[in-house]
Amino acid sequence: MNTVPDKPVGAVLVVGGGIGGMQASLDLAESGFYVYLVDSAPTIGGVMSQLDKTFPTNDCAMCIMSPKLVGTGSHRNIRLITNASVKEIVGPAGNFEARITRKARYIRPDKCTGCGECAKHCPVIAGDDYNVGMSRRSAVYLRYPQAIPKVFLIDREACIGCGLCERVCLANAVDYADQDTEETLSVGSVILAPGFEVFDARRRPEFGYGVYPNVLTSIEFERILSATGPHRSHLLRPSDGSIPERIAFIQCVGSRDTSCGNDYCSSICCMYATKEAIIAKEHVHFVKPTIFYMDIRAYGKGFDAYYERAKADYGVRFIKSMVSKVREDPRTDNLLITYLNEEGERLEEEFELVVLSVGVVPSTSVREMAKRLDVDVDRFGFCETDTFAPVATSREGIYVCGAFESPRDIPETVSQASGAVAAATGIIASARGTLALKKEYPPEDEVKPEEEPRIGVFVCHCGINIGGVINVPSVKEYAGTLPNVVHVDENLYTCSQDTQEKIKNAVKERGLNRVIVASCSPRTHEPMFRETIRDAGLNKFLFEMANIRDQCSWVHMRQKAEATEKAKKLVRMAVGNVRLNQALTETSVPVVQRGLVIGGGVAGMTAALQLAEQGFEVFLVEKESRLGGNLWNLHYTLDGKDIEAFLLDLIAKVSNNPLIRVLLNSLIVDFTGVRGNFTTGVMTAPAMYYQKIEHGITVMATGAEEEKPHEYGYGEDERVLTQLELEGRIAGADTGISGIKEVVMIQCVGSRNEQHPSCSRTCCATAIKNALKLKELNPAIRIHILYRDIRTYGLMEPYYARARKEGILFVRYEPAEGPEVTVNENKLSVSYDDKMLKERITITPDLLVLSSATVPRENKELANLLKVPRTAEGFFLEAHMKLRPVDFASDGIYLCGGAHAPKLISETISQAGAAVARACTILSKENLSVGGVVAVVTGEQCAACLTCVRVCPYDVPVINIRGEAEIDIIKCKGCGTCAAECPARAIDLMHFRGSQLEAKIGALISAQVS
Amino acid sequence: MSFEPKILTFLCNWCAYAGADLAGISRFQYQPNTRVIRVMCSGRIDPVFIPRAFLAGFDGVMILGCHPGDCHYLSGNIQAERKINLLKKLLTDEGVGSERLLLDWVSAGEAQRFALLVNQFTEQIRACGPLPQAKDFEERLRAVAASLEGEKIRWMAGKGPELLEKENVYGERVDPEKINAVMESTVREELAKNRILILLETTPLTAKEISMKLELPLKQTLSYTVSLVGEGRIGFDPSEETHYPRYVRSA
Repeated sequence: MNTVPDKPVGAVLVVGGGIGGMQASLDLAESGFYVYLVDSAPTIGGVMSQLDKTFPTNDCAMCIMSPKLVGTGSHRNIRLITNASVKEIVGPAGNFEARITRKARYIRPDKCTGCGECAKHCPVIAGDDYNVGMSRRSAVYLRYPQAIPKVFLIDREACIGCGLCERVCLANAVDYADQDTEETLSVGSVILAPGFEVFDARRRPEFGYGVYPNVLTSIEFERILSATGPHRSHLLRPSDGSIPERIAFIQCVGSRDTSCGNDYCSSICCMYATKEAIIAKEHVHFVKPTIFYMDIRAYGKGFDAYYERAKADYGVRFIKSMVSKVREDPRTDNLLITYLNEEGERLEEEFELVVLSVGVVPSTSVREMAKRLDVDVDRFGFCETDTFAPVATSREGIYVCGAFESPRDIPETVSQASGAVAAATGIIASARGTLALKKEYPPEDEVKPEEEPRIGVFVCHCGINIGGVINVPSVKEYAGTLPNVVHVDENLYTCSQDTQEKIKNAVKERGLNRVIVASCSPRTHEPMFRETIRDAGLNKFLFEMANIRDQCSWVHMRQKAEATEKAKKLVRMAVGNVRLNQALTETSVPVVQRGLVIGGGVAGMTAALQLAEQGFEVFLVEKESRLGGNLWNLHYTLDGKDIEAFLLDLIAKVSNNPLIRVLLNSLIVDFTGVRGNFTTGVMTAPAMYYQKIEHGITVMATGAEEEKPHEYGYGEDERVLTQLELEGRIAGADTGISGIKEVVMIQCVGSRNEQHPSCSRTCCATAIKNALKLKELNPAIRIHILYRDIRTYGLMEPYYARARKEGILFVRYEPAEGPEVTVNENKLSVSYDDKMLKERITITPDLLVLSSATVPRENKELANLLKVPRTAEGFFLEAHMKLRPVDFASDGIYLCGGAHAPKLISETISQAGAAVARACTILSKENLSVGGVVAVVTGEQCAACLTCVRVCPYDVPVINIRGEAEIDIIKCKGCGTCAAECPARAIDLMHFRGSQLEAKIGALISAQVS
Repeated sequence: MSFEPKILTFLCNWCAYAGADLAGISRFQYQPNTRVIRVMCSGRIDPVFIPRAFLAGFDGVMILGCHPGDCHYLSGNIQAERKINLLKKLLTDEGVGSERLLLDWVSAGEAQRFALLVNQFTEQIRACGPLPQAKDFEERLRAVAASLEGEKIRWMAGKGPELLEKENVYGERVDPEKINAVMESTVREELAKNRILILLETTPLTAKEISMKLELPLKQTLSYTVSLVGEGRIGFDPSEETHYPRYVRSA
């Protein structure tokens, strides 16, 4: 260690390895910090690993998560400490000592190959908590097939200690003498990402969970829908294994519920229930899902469209009602649901299956940890944070993200995780790179293309995983007969440390210039073997794998002869290909370690300030004449915080920061370059001074604004105003306000309609905030809020409850029969249908306040300049809705704040941090290594037909000055689509060249490797 | 025609076989229904031999070894008893019953006892009547045989008693109740799973149909089908789309 006591430690402790913890770890490790990732579970992955699909894209959760799993597991600057917990953290921020207790695993991680022989033999049967007890596993187990680390463990509760696993483990990984151990880690800062657990549905006995077999929780239902679930994705109900037709979802079980002390909203259940209903329908066409809800809280990006699709395309029935009771018909095991409909009638309906949408709660163990770490939690057990510092806990140097901060979905967890990284590294920025390991390689031996290939083939037994099915010696022998193969060997475990040495020695002693390993999947093991041959001085691209386990021995167990034949063919294919493999060099491109932030609102200012904290120079470009953006229109938050004071402070900090150059009255006029090396032209008024800025990353923070309404007499009568206008009048101590006796607020004005299908997210909270403020000023005031769904998600829900308690009237309307506003003889009147009273009510308010939609600021031209996409509604579109919420598809450009979608101040601040953390993965590097598997153009063959320009998903190819297609290797992601389409065959994808793929095909068909 | 039981007898070389020889030398008369297979030790009797013998058409199986303490190989007979007890448990659990199986001890000098045991057992089997020919009975026997071939039960049979007497790999004495419970659940699971596999050999069945045939509660049956589906040994019949999916054997 080279840290001195007064300098911070360049390592960060991340607690919790769910999607938030993984994102945080990857961002940290990629920006020059060493990471200790501690998870109480035996594997990382968290709750997301149990999900079947994710809303609103219906992506397979495991498919999108596993690259992060593998990345976290194999990063040299991330150390996984699983099955462990944090006992205490002592010392000052920047120089913490964290004491970690690791529970005995009884399987040595350094030896276990994850082959699973132990579990296959174990005679003990135990409940499988991955499937929520709906299936069983052995006492020695892996939590789920894709688990990282792929190391088994012994469930000591279930194990009887018979000793069989030790006998069958050929890797000698079983260690019955393993003990709980303690270790102390030095870290500069800490990120808490411990996640959540679901509400215990037994605490709502009226729903019969745990009593009636066909009442399930949503997480159980999720497992049933999953391909790795108990019935391998077949939708069967528990009582009799039949397929349920009528499925009821009951919302808000353990949420919005004062009786169990959880009077917050769990934020995710409306969407996951909608998703589960859709997926169930996709599984079985005759399923009829019904969702019983209080309000549908589809407040996120693209959620309302998903909700509408569920109704229109999938026939999901939504009934606004709180279910009072579930009974079982003992003859059929069916369930009878009693509920009151909106008209107040008591109804009963029968269902084959009931799913309880259980809420998000912080687990007891997490609360205990918070106590040990001296981190404050609120009355529910969520971590206390401040609106203006949304990722900071009460203890300096400890940060938080994910559902422990408040209930939230995956993208918000991912974005908050990156936000926490920005904060956690900001305070230790000076220690960047001090502990991160850098690998030193020996010089590379040159292998010229014309040099005769000398191939070594290493065939793996994988214990008996391959050897028990495939005749490994005969595969090895066969490999020896193939052209250019000069060395063959077989190993019990090719991935073991000693075999790696064997490979290195063979490369040197036998003069190998190509290596093939016939074993498991390149998806998981290729990086490791490439590392091995690189250590031996060979270019890492001179390597090839034959997947004879996952796609051969494991799937043809009972056809040994055929499996052996197939394995030979796969090896032959690998030989055919590797002969043509070329050494590819990755070039180093210097990074301009400077940022550009576009937009000087709260998002842009926060991003600029945090980039400066990280030690990077920033240009902050704002088109208006002052910083602050939309924040000037806001005055106080729902929890009573003073926005103006915060804004003035922020502006001062930004203006006074020596690393930030603020350019007001300025517009972006041109933009070129790639990640690490952008050049942007900025024009500044009034002199129209033009300058070019060179920068390595770009943050798009152009914000959003309140739309001026087109309906309800806005602009025609001065008593009709928007929420922001009302807020301005309240804050401006407008004397007229106090005389007002009757106010009507209309929600969803300009939102959730045909032109603007999305929810504007913040208006429900804003309306309640302003209504409460009016009540505070004048308790006698009468306020009606006409709404469609009240969307005070998360910890804002108690304010909604308070508003009702204070007598604010909430009246629901359907868009088809919405409120009508008329001005007659200077009398402003609003009429609406009252469902309970079944009549049309007319009120004559003094003020009509419209909760108008939030729309993006003018950004079309900017989108064209930067070549970044927008949604139909004009918000910028991120690279991936779920897991890349602040990245654009083009590397090096990030987005945050209202430019992405409407959001609260706290959300904008943490997202701005997220953009910074993502940006630091580039800015922290002096050089970027580019090239490798990229498309290459043979210019003289190019006909400039523009096919490649059209097909490239990332808009990389351009026609250069010579009239030839040019592909920037920094931008190219290596998919090869252009190569496949190029009519002139002028483009080839390195490492997957046409000749190589053809050689593979040829080697599979003919007996000869030609 | 009156029923003449066919009885298979395993005799250990050192005691029981010698006792049988002595019965001959002594001209002790006994019923002619038994056929003898000589083994060196009763410990050699693989429990799977017994359901196989039944499946081959024998009405009863008799295993005779040395008295406890007399075993030529020290403890072969004790180990035989352990295995046979487990087998009896399987036979009983599977509803086959264990009255057609006898394990007893005969010393080299007990010629009279040998004759007596043969006669008694023959009468016992005669009273039982011929081995049922029903398909269901055969399937139960096959499930027992398949379970005994599986590694889990063989390991349990070998290791379980040791764990009752000695410390386990963690140096702990395991609560006998826990061991018995684990053995019990493993036996139950193996039997049920094998039975389900045999049932599904010919026709696809719903969970309800399986539970009726197995005479098991539906919930328990489903837990076994879940395990079999998880192991990839059975799947769902894709040919029809009903509310009651049928399970089929995987290819």
